[in-house]
Amino acid sequence: MKFTCLSKGSGFHFPPCHILDVSGFRILLDCPLDLSALTIFYPVSPSPKMEEGEQTYDFAVNNCLDMRKRQKILKSLICAQPWYKTPNNLHLWDPSSIDLVLISSTMGMLALPFLTQTKGFSAKIYATEATTRLGQLMMEDLVLMHNEFHLFFGSDSGSPQWMSWEELELLSPALRQVALGKDGTELGGWMPLYRSADVEDCMKKVQTLKYAEEAWYNGTLLIKAFSSGLEIGSCNWTINSPKRNIACISSSKFYSVNAMEFDYHALRGNDLILYSDFSSEGILTNDEHDNNFSASTTYNPSTPSDCSADNDDRILKECLLRNDESLEERQKLAFICSCVVDSVKAGGSVIIPLNQLGIVLQLLEQIPVYLESSAMKVPIYVISSVAAELLAFTNIIPEWLCKERQKKLFSGEPLFSHSELMKGEKLYVFPDVHSPELLTNWQEPCIVFSPHWSLRLGPVVHLLRRWREDENSLLVLEDGLDTDMALLPFKPMAMKVLQCSFLSGIRLQNTQPLLEMLRPKEVLFPEDLREQIKFSGSHSFSVLYYAENGTLGVPRSKGSVDLEIASDLATQFSWRKLDHDDVDITRLEGQLFIDHGKHQVLSGNKVSEPSRKKPLLHWGFPDVEKLLALLSRMGVKGSVERCMNDAESGSDEIVHIHEPSMALIEVRATRTVISARDEQLASLIFEAIGTLAGGI
Amino acid sequence: MAIECLVLGAGQEVGKSCVVVTINGKRIMFDCGMHMGYDDHRRYPDFSLISKSRDFDHSLHCVIITHFHLDHVGALPYFTEVCGYNGPIYMTYPTKALAPLMLEDFRKVLVDRRGEEEQFTSLHISQCMEKVIAVDLKQTVQVDDDLQIRAYYAGHVLGAAMFYAKVGDSAMVYTGDYNMTPDRHLGAAQIDRLELDLLITESTYATTIRDSKYAREREFLKAVHECVAGGGKVLIPTFALGRAQELCILLDDYWERMNLKVPIYFSAGLTIQANMYYKILISWTSQKVKETYATRNAFDFKHVHNFDRSLINAPGPCVLFATPGMISGGFSLEVFKQWAPCEMNLITLPGYCVAGTVGHKLMSGKPTKINLDKDTQIDVRCQIHQLSFSPHTDSKGIMDLTKFLSPRNVILVHGEKPKMVSLKERIQSELRIPCYLPANCDTVHIPSTIYVKAHASNTFIRSCLNPNFRFLKRSKEDNSDQVLRNTNPTAPLQVNDERVAEGILIMEKGKKARVVHQDDLLLMLRQKKHDVQFAYCCAAQLDNLEETRNRDDALGLSDKCSSLQLLFKELSNYFSGVNIQDLGEHLQVESFHVSVCVKDNCPYRIIDDSQKEAATVYFCCSWSAADEKLAWEIISAMERFSLIDNLPCRNSISRTN
Ligand SMILES: [Zn+2]
Ligand SMILES: [Zn+2]
Repeated sequence: MKFTCLSKGSGFHFPPCHILDVSGFRILLDCPLDLSALTIFYPVSPSPKMEEGEQTYDFAVNNCLDMRKRQKILKSLICAQPWYKTPNNLHLWDPSSIDLVLISSTMGMLALPFLTQTKGFSAKIYATEATTRLGQLMMEDLVLMHNEFHLFFGSDSGSPQWMSWEELELLSPALRQVALGKDGTELGGWMPLYRSADVEDCMKKVQTLKYAEEAWYNGTLLIKAFSSGLEIGSCNWTINSPKRNIACISSSKFYSVNAMEFDYHALRGNDLILYSDFSSEGILTNDEHDNNFSASTTYNPSTPSDCSADNDDRILKECLLRNDESLEERQKLAFICSCVVDSVKAGGSVIIPLNQLGIVLQLLEQIPVYLESSAMKVPIYVISSVAAELLAFTNIIPEWLCKERQKKLFSGEPLFSHSELMKGEKLYVFPDVHSPELLTNWQEPCIVFSPHWSLRLGPVVHLLRRWREDENSLLVLEDGLDTDMALLPFKPMAMKVLQCSFLSGIRLQNTQPLLEMLRPKEVLFPEDLREQIKFSGSHSFSVLYYAENGTLGVPRSKGSVDLEIASDLATQFSWRKLDHDDVDITRLEGQLFIDHGKHQVLSGNKVSEPSRKKPLLHWGFPDVEKLLALLSRMGVKGSVERCMNDAESGSDEIVHIHEPSMALIEVRATRTVISARDEQLASLIFEAIGTLAGGI
Repeated sequence: MAIECLVLGAGQEVGKSCVVVTINGKRIMFDCGMHMGYDDHRRYPDFSLISKSRDFDHSLHCVIITHFHLDHVGALPYFTEVCGYNGPIYMTYPTKALAPLMLEDFRKVLVDRRGEEEQFTSLHISQCMEKVIAVDLKQTVQVDDDLQIRAYYAGHVLGAAMFYAKVGDSAMVYTGDYNMTPDRHLGAAQIDRLELDLLITESTYATTIRDSKYAREREFLKAVHECVAGGGKVLIPTFALGRAQELCILLDDYWERMNLKVPIYFSAGLTIQANMYYKILISWTSQKVKETYATRNAFDFKHVHNFDRSLINAPGPCVLFATPGMISGGFSLEVFKQWAPCEMNLITLPGYCVAGTVGHKLMSGKPTKINLDKDTQIDVRCQIHQLSFSPHTDSKGIMDLTKFLSPRNVILVHGEKPKMVSLKERIQSELRIPCYLPANCDTVHIPSTIYVKAHASNTFIRSCLNPNFRFLKRSKEDNSDQVLRNTNPTAPLQVNDERVAEGILIMEKGKKARVVHQDDLLLMLRQKKHDVQFAYCCAAQLDNLEETRNRDDALGLSDKCSSLQLLFKELSNYFSGVNIQDLGEHLQVESFHVSVCVKDNCPYRIIDDSQKEAATVYFCCSWSAADEKLAWEIISAMERFSLIDNLPCRNSISRTN
């Protein structure tokens, strides 16, 4: 097995991307887009016909086309139709060599249309049903938002000007680093965005799965997705190959309010775990004095013998309880809600360009509660081309949600309250800022949920321009964005900015207890987290560290293949005891079938004849004196002749048989030849040799 | 090991479906239904047959419910809350959501309206449902380390599923009720091609081939439309769930298309709230209905309003859905009393009604009067429309499914005996699958598949994976136990790549069985291979060989070759079904080698002097034990050549026997 980390990604929106070679098949794990790189482009947004009579474009952008000012602005942001950054290393691989693509979240599929439109790409793509639907909506939305640039700059053709070296030289160091990567090699990762036809075509190629549904690839690999708790539909994959069972752990959340809970029990018992949750990178735990978190200090298995699976499970649960994630996350949301209420109370509006569906759904539920309790009547708008469908979708997928949400199904309530809020005219959903319904409904102050979190695409651009000078207004930003660069086109800004980070993976405190519970033999672990976690000495697995763009060869683990032998064959066995110990052996003959990852020996077409019961393999050396004695007991008489003919083969011994008929036995070091005309006699001698030398 | 199948209900009948299957030591109860036709002990399956001591937790590993119909889930609260079963219960999400409503509805009918003693309470229902684990379609659920179950779409009603269960090497499917053709609101049953020891299938329509459901739906719509067009009122008594939503989708859609303005009402017992379940579970419906979620959820009925009691005698046409479905009491009976006497009105009847209910009386014959009790008599002048689109598969569907799955055994349940008998005959004669029709409380035993498990060494696997091409001049029908056979010489050469597995199975005390290659075994024994071979130098007398030599080759240089080639020709003719290879210096068949022997004193020439005299040529043969039989056949043939080949005109020798 070989493993290559193409990209370790960064944050919730840009998950890692790996290549795995298993049993002769090449598997690509996730195919993400680095949308944070969009911030190097200057946003455009048509102002809607809200106050102005006709649609005009932002003044600054018009200026940016002015050649005299071009150079100056280039130093800040690129004024061009944006391209999109894919993991650069992905392009070093021949797409036609990929057999399988496994998508673990909506974020992990945003670059998929680039791959599916490549010539020669024919891999099977697996994703969960929910991820596929949500991912499609996200991509369609992306394409629609990008159309604004299309309208403004016209259709782009060929390599854009900003990608020329002369212009790249003019970029500020910060921008250049985003464009070219830290080592200046990543320019090849940039792609012009796919079209909606490409998205449609891509979706047709995705094979959707339920959680824990079995999918067989080529009758050899068993692929299954299990909930990771990170987001609705997101999953961790297990790959069972004849030689090794692998679990790939992507960013997973123990605490989940919407998505189905992290199903870690299903990952137990695999030989190898690919730990690919980078969410804790650079985050130092603050509950300990030393920054290096050592798992051994937090729990001690009471006795070494007490290492049952149940006990591991208990230790993990205790650990999770001690580091309660839910409380902290709830507090963060509560803080956002109170900031939102404060802003609208002061007459300001709030723009929330978050794209984490889970967080958005929670805020949509909690903000109205906060507004109610402070007796505020402020409309909430969700503006996005796919919002209506997205919200409707969340209310018909109980199978993908956590236990608490499922209870609502069983009591006949809507899964999420947004449908009721819409009926109660507290929440409005509009496709874009130009929609007539929006214009007739529009009220300020208001609270708006709208993409895109990069602040370069979508309705958020317009709304930011509208409210940036209002000191009472509030912008809620996601962590992981370079705020300086992100806010650059909106400066000067008077509005408040709240940047918040949400837990989007496994905390390092829980990593070792989790791995202990899963009981793998080997763990592939990120080199970048090596300093942050010191596996305590007692762990039962070996750890191999991997780094971005490095390839690890993992030596074969399972020494043998599990074989199933049909019972009708088993009834025909003729056992033979090996005299030196408690070992029985028998010859096995049949036809080998490999299907559904199983090796089965079934009785083939060949009908086994009686002669087949004779030993076909001999070892040792028959003692000639004993042979003669044995033969004479069988009524076969003969005499020995020794000849020393050549050095190589050593001494030959020849037994001449006179009775019952003529025969000859030539005994050499590695070979005995029986020569007789009498079939029965030959066979009798063969039998005698078989009992003296070992045979099967 | 065997599979043991104990039928507690729906054996040669429809009602109280309940089958307890033991596979490789795991015991599963499929369905836990009640019989609507009885109100004594026969209503429930006889659970005491599972465990005399009534210790159900230890005698069952899980309970699986296929769908929310009462003949499949009706006895569950009784079994868990009264009999005390506490183990896991599995059903799909919709079944878990909808079953309690069905149970509650029925409990009310029994208790409130028929005045029966309560079998289980509302609390029992909710406590029972707490124990249920909801599953999604195709999700592989690991009940314990050995038992795996999986649900497949069954069509029948929302959330209906067929269940696959696997223990070790044995596997089975229990279908519950299913429908092989899609209808307006549900899709057709779908299942993978599985390796099965047993299929337990329903057989409601064991001998019927049904016309399409669409025709009967059209009939229903026509009847309703005609009634309201004539100013009449339509009463549709239903349960709160299932049929109500199915018919509502039909009507709502029809109203939209025909631009009808006549109001459709839901009675109070049938709150629009019930539709919420269907809205959330829309992804379990047909593709067409499913796709409406993004625009307007098909269960957000446009034309449906809540009914108010005061509207019963309001003038003008209307359509009313009212509970209970069998007009056993309550609101549907109240409305029935008012509407039945008017011939303009229409009353639809569900497919099945319990004896004693008004529904049942209306179904049997065409009564003009119905006695509710001693004092009340109702004139029935309205029209009656029987709803007959029961969503069960027909016999073609059962045969198709059985053929598709090709299980090793079939058990039929949930049907009527005479029809089941004829379906059984068809399954056995057309599909050649053993088929059983157990009655209630019968047990069927069938053998289960078991494989011997072993580790296999890499060398062994690799040796099996090497291509093993064999060139056989055999015709297809030749499956003889005889190695050699004179078949039609024109039979085409077959290339056969049988991945033959030849290895050695080793059983060592305290270790798992291993299959190794013979090289592995020698390594393990620290022994060297010792070949034991057979050899024989055979005297032959070939007259035409002499001729050839004299005529063409005075120098005798190609003596060896030509005798060998001649032998090749003779042997090829003689053993026309066997692939003999001419390798120049020698001929080869499997391990059998033969070459011309030029030694004067070959040690393998074990013959007496008289034979030596007659011999014209010696062929030295060697072979290994594997091809012993073949070798002796060739040798005797070679010897025979010399005995009979004195006739001058012969070109070849044919086998005479
Ligand atoms: Zn049914
Ligand atoms: Zn049924």
